[in-house]
Parts: sequence; C-alpha cells; structure tokens
Amino acid sequence: MTATHDASAENSAQNPAQDPYAQSAETSAGRVFTVTGQDWDSVVQGITDLSDDGETAEDHVVVNMGPQHPSTHGVLRLILELEGETVTEARCGIGYLHTGIEKNMEFRSWVQGVTFCTRMDYLSPFFNEATYSMGVERLLDIEDDVPEKAQVMRVLLMELNRISSHLVCIATGGMEIGALTVMTIGFREREMVLDLFELITGLRMNHAFIRPGGVAQDMPPGALDQIRDFVALMKKRLPEYAALCNANPIFKGRLQDVGHLDLAGCLALGITGPVLRSTGYAWDLRKTQPYSGYQDYDFDVQTWDTSDAYGRFRIRLNEMWESLRIVEQAVERLAGLEGAPVMVGDKKIAWPSQLAVGTDGMGNSLDHIRHIMGESMEALIHHFKLVTEGFRVPAGQAYVPLESPRGELGAHVVSDGGTRPYRVHFRDPSFTNLQATSVMSEGGMVADVIVAIASIDPVMGGVDR
Amino acid sequence: MSDDTGDKKPADMKPGDFPEVTPGTEPDATDTAYENRLPADPEQLEPEVVGVRQGMFGVRGTGDTSGYGGLVRPVAMPGGTVRPYGGWFDDVADTLEAACAQGGLPNAVEKVVVHRGEVTFFIRRHDLLEVVRLLRDDAALRFEFCSGVSGVHYPDDAGRELHAVYHLLSMTHNRRIRLEVTCPDADPHIPSVVAVYPTNDWHERETYDFFGIVFDGHPALTRIEMPDDWPGHPQRKDYPLGGIPVEYKGATIPPPDTRRSYS
Repeated sequence: MTATHDASAENSAQNPAQDPYAQSAETSAGRVFTVTGQDWDSVVQGITDLSDDGETAEDHVVVNMGPQHPSTHGVLRLILELEGETVTEARCGIGYLHTGIEKNMEFRSWVQGVTFCTRMDYLSPFFNEATYSMGVERLLDIEDDVPEKAQVMRVLLMELNRISSHLVCIATGGMEIGALTVMTIGFREREMVLDLFELITGLRMNHAFIRPGGVAQDMPPGALDQIRDFVALMKKRLPEYAALCNANPIFKGRLQDVGHLDLAGCLALGITGPVLRSTGYAWDLRKTQPYSGYQDYDFDVQTWDTSDAYGRFRIRLNEMWESLRIVEQAVERLAGLEGAPVMVGDKKIAWPSQLAVGTDGMGNSLDHIRHIMGESMEALIHHFKLVTEGFRVPAGQAYVPLESPRGELGAHVVSDGGTRPYRVHFRDPSFTNLQATSVMSEGGMVADVIVAIASIDPVMGGVDR
Repeated sequence: MSDDTGDKKPADMKPGDFPEVTPGTEPDATDTAYENRLPADPEQLEPEVVGVRQGMFGVRGTGDTSGYGGLVRPVAMPGGTVRPYGGWFDDVADTLEAACAQGGLPNAVEKVVVHRGEVTFFIRRHDLLEVVRLLRDDAALRFEFCSGVSGVHYPDDAGRELHAVYHLLSMTHNRRIRLEVTCPDADPHIPSVVAVYPTNDWHERETYDFFGIVFDGHPALTRIEMPDDWPGHPQRKDYPLGGIPVEYKGATIPPPDTRRSYS
C-alpha cells in the first residue's frame, strides 16, 4: 500500500500539471482520494492499483460529497457509501452554516430578536419572523390585540414568500438535474416577488418586518396595484411552468418514483410540508390550526398520492396557485383597510417611531422627532426606554407553529420576565426533514440522491441556524 | 382529596374511637368540587423560582444612582394548575393519568401547568420513555407527531438545572401538548425517546451538543452542529457568547455580552 502511495506521489511530482489538491492519502480508515472536477480516473486507477498489488480492493467506496458541492443545495455534506453506482448508505453532515442565532438572541431585546431569526431560513424570512412574533405575543397575552391590518399584511407577505420560496425550490431542483431553463425562469419570477418585498419592507431579504405586536410599517402607496400586476403576470406564467415540466418526459423520468417516503415514514421521522402532503394526507396548519386569520381565506390544501419527488414538485406548483388566491383576497382586504393601524395600540410594546422618506433618504419621521425633541419630555423618555431597554415579557413559555413552505416551523420561546428572550429554540422543518435523506436515497442511484434532497428542499440556513 | 373519613356514622363508632372529622364538617359536594379541592402536593402549585433579579435598569456595583439597587425579586416560571384545566386538557390529563396508573407509573406526572392556553406536563425523567409510548399508542391520546426537543438551562434552579422540552402533536385529535423533563447538572441524563419518535434523533443530538444533556439510549449521541472536538456546550448560560469590540466612526462598541443588560 505504501509503495502505491509513493508511486502516486512521484507521479504528481513528475507531472506538475496535475491538480495538487486532487491526490490520494492514506488514513486509518483506508485510502482517501480527493477528487475535484471530473478526474474520477484517479479513483478508478487507485482502486485498480490496489487490486494489482494483490490486496483486496474494498467492494464499496465511501464518497464524501459536499459541503462545497453545487448539487447539495447549500453547504450540506453527504457521506455516501456506494456499491457501483448504487447508494447503500447515505448520511448527512451538517453544521457548516451554524451561526449561533439562538444564542445571540438571548443577548438582545425581544424586538431585536426578529432581526436575527429572519436570517435563519433565508428563503422564507417572513415565516421565521412570524412564528417568533406570535410566540412573543402569546406570552404578552396580546394575541387578540394585534390589529386586523397587521394580520392581513402578515398573510400577504407570507403567501408571497411561499411563492418565492417554492420558486427557488423548483428552480434549484431543476438546475441540479440539469434543467437550466427551469432555473432561469424560476429566478426570474422570484425576482419580481423580491421587488415587492423591497417595495413593502425596504429589503429583499432579512426584513425584520413582522414584529411582536404587528408589523413595522404601513403599506406604501401604490403597493396594492403592483401586487395586482404581479398576480396577473403570475397567472400567465405559472401555466408556462406546468407546460414546460409537468409532462416533460425527461423531467418525469428523473423525478417519478424517486425519493419515496410513505405516510408512516413521514410521521415517524416528523416530516411535514409538501413531503407529507405528497403521501395524500392533507395536513396543513393553515387549515388545521389556523393562525393570523387564515380561517377567513378561501384556499385548498394541495395533495398528491405518489409519495415521490414528482408529487412534491406538483404540490409546490399547485400551492403557488393557492398562494396567489390568498394574495388576491388579502389585497382586496387591504384595499378596505386604508389608514388602519398596523401595530398593537399598547404604547408600552409598540415601537415608538415610524419611518418616513425625508430629503436625505429613509429615516425616523420628522413628526416623531419633533414630538420627542420639542414637545414632550415623557415621549422622549418613553422612546429611549423602549429602544434601549425594550419591553418586558411575562415569564413562561410558548410554542406557536405555522406552516412554512417546508413544513411545521415553530419557535419555542421562553421568557424569565426580562427584557431579553431567556431561550428561543426554532423547530425548523429543514432540519427535521433532512433526516429523511437516508431512507429516501438508500438503494437508489447516486444521481437520485440529488433529486431526493431537492424534493425535501432543505435550506441550510434554517438547518444549522 | 380522600373522602372516606366522613362515611362513618357516629352510631357505628366504638367508644373511645375519636372521629377524625368533627361532626358537621364532613366534606360535602361543595368541598369535593374541583375548584375547592386541595392538590395532592401544595408545593406543585408554587411558581418554579428559577432565579433572582436584583436592582433595576442594569446598574451594577457602586455608583447606583437609580435608587433601586436594593430591589430583590424572584424570577418565577408559572406554577402548577389546579383542575379543571379547561377544554380537552382535562380529557388528556385524565386519560394520561389512567394510562400511567395502569402501566405502573402512578407518579409519572409531577405537575401540570396551564399557561397562555398551552398545557405542559412535567414528567419524571425515569418514566419519560414509557409515558411518551403511552401518549403515542393510546387511542384516546394518539400523539403521533413529535416536534422535537428543546433544551433550557436554568443555572439557579437547584437540582433541576437542565430542562428538556418536547412538543407533541396529535394529528388525529388536533391537539398539542408540551412535556417538560428536568435533570440536575450533576447527573445530566434523560432517557432518549428515539425508540418512540425516530424524528428526535437529530433533535436530541442538537440538545446534547448545545446543553450537554445525555440522552440515554440514543443510537449515536454525537455532536451535530458544533465540531466534534468542540469544548463545552454553547447554549448553556455559563458559556459566554464571545465577541470582540468593534470600532465604528471613532467610537468603540463592546461585544454584546458585555453591554449593559437590563435586569
């Protein structure tokens, strides 16, 4: 074995063009080949050499895929044990995007927590904000005081967000199996949703817009018309998606009967969202345990009965239609709520200032500055206390889950009666659903692992938090 | 709770047999009504004091100009609740109690807390695995879905420093409950529920990683988020957040865990 190793080292010295990072090394666990790009030849050669030396070549190969692999949906590391091209065991390595968001939230005020948790699952920021805010509202016992307009805006933003998230899922899933057009048109549409987010919240992602007590700002002028235009355009373009993919023989060939997981498997592994609904079980928290007034909207829960990646794709496509329906209803409601409050009336909780566009750009509204600096000392103290110290939340714990694009997302919010969260734990659906990787991909081909993972749609920002 | 002391008629009593209850004060229907019953253990109803808060406005040490420096207040989590808990909470509590008694775990439920419309069952840690099995398999309970486990560290809650919190969902009955299990820092062991809820595999690894709670019976309890050789368990309260001062426009901003915190 050593001889072979030396030979390969010599070989690389003689051939300076060889990739210095793509070599083999001996470890306690066997020979390790580092493969970059498409130089699988060195692996094949190495295994052949082993057999030539009279040693038994292992009948299986363990391939480490990721965390920097373009097909693993982010910084996911897959450890695949292969027999030929068949995956005999698949394991996930995660933690490459762990940023300590939950720990950091314990050192900031309750309102600042929103700024952190919006960054977890970066494809569905509004859902992170909403579940955290609803948990804090439950502890504050102000759930019924959140104004109607704030609830409608939350629904509107969450459903727009569901569309953009599903678009990315379908787009990247398509890209990973080589369907580049699916990716380009998916991101094209997503860009329009992000433009709407930018118009409403000021940011394309990381909004920190849904806050305990309501939302940060009122709808800007002209936003409703833009959303109506977007809905009209999407109604034209979603059928194009369906026409491109639904009956596409290559697409179906890659997706059908891949990543199979039945209902019993889903429940045992705690899988929710489109993966659960692809087994035919219509479990959607928006219907079964409505929050934010979802019971007042007319929409259907989409299911499929194939339990495979193709069914999940069709569910996501159909859910975008349903989201458009909800967005339309929300827009109509907002049209009748002009000028209504968007934050809870309790001035001990509501953020004191509103933003306004001034001569030097966006900033605190001049009316508010005039009020606290020139008119009312108490208002100034109040502003200062709320912004620096924040409000107190009664001791206790709450868990208010909601249906994110990936399944049940919930925040276990614990307060000790202080001005900071004592502990916030997010039950992120990506984290839980990723556990299905093994059962979905073992026994299949390497190429199907990619499809299975894409059908789970994990977002590593949410997995690692 | 026991109402057999009032059953004896004075005529049945032998001379010298002192009545345990003064005649005329036997428990009647009003006394046995739920709201007038004493709990088995009054300590259960005490709020769980998990710490002490001193002073106000985050002022530390000398130079306290707030005038509140001597203020001492306990930090208390909501205490146990007396029946009726309300709605389906009673159904679940009754069924669970009966199932536990039948399964030979009469004291499995330490206390029940109903707060903000959510119900929490504090479970004795040694009984956890059997209790979750009952919760999943009993047709009247049927909590077939577990949303994972979350750890909480209360360093000042002596003997109960580490809490593991489970959120269970019954899709059949559309109900949610919370289980809470505690263990001391000195013996951080809690039975693993992976055998009943395989979904908790990663969740328990995460809680072990961040809190150091050892889930006995877990198939492979290793770190999941932090590197394998990481020292310490980062989400514990005694683990510092870390950070460096940042200079911005000439001013230096200290790291978050050294800034003023408002007590």
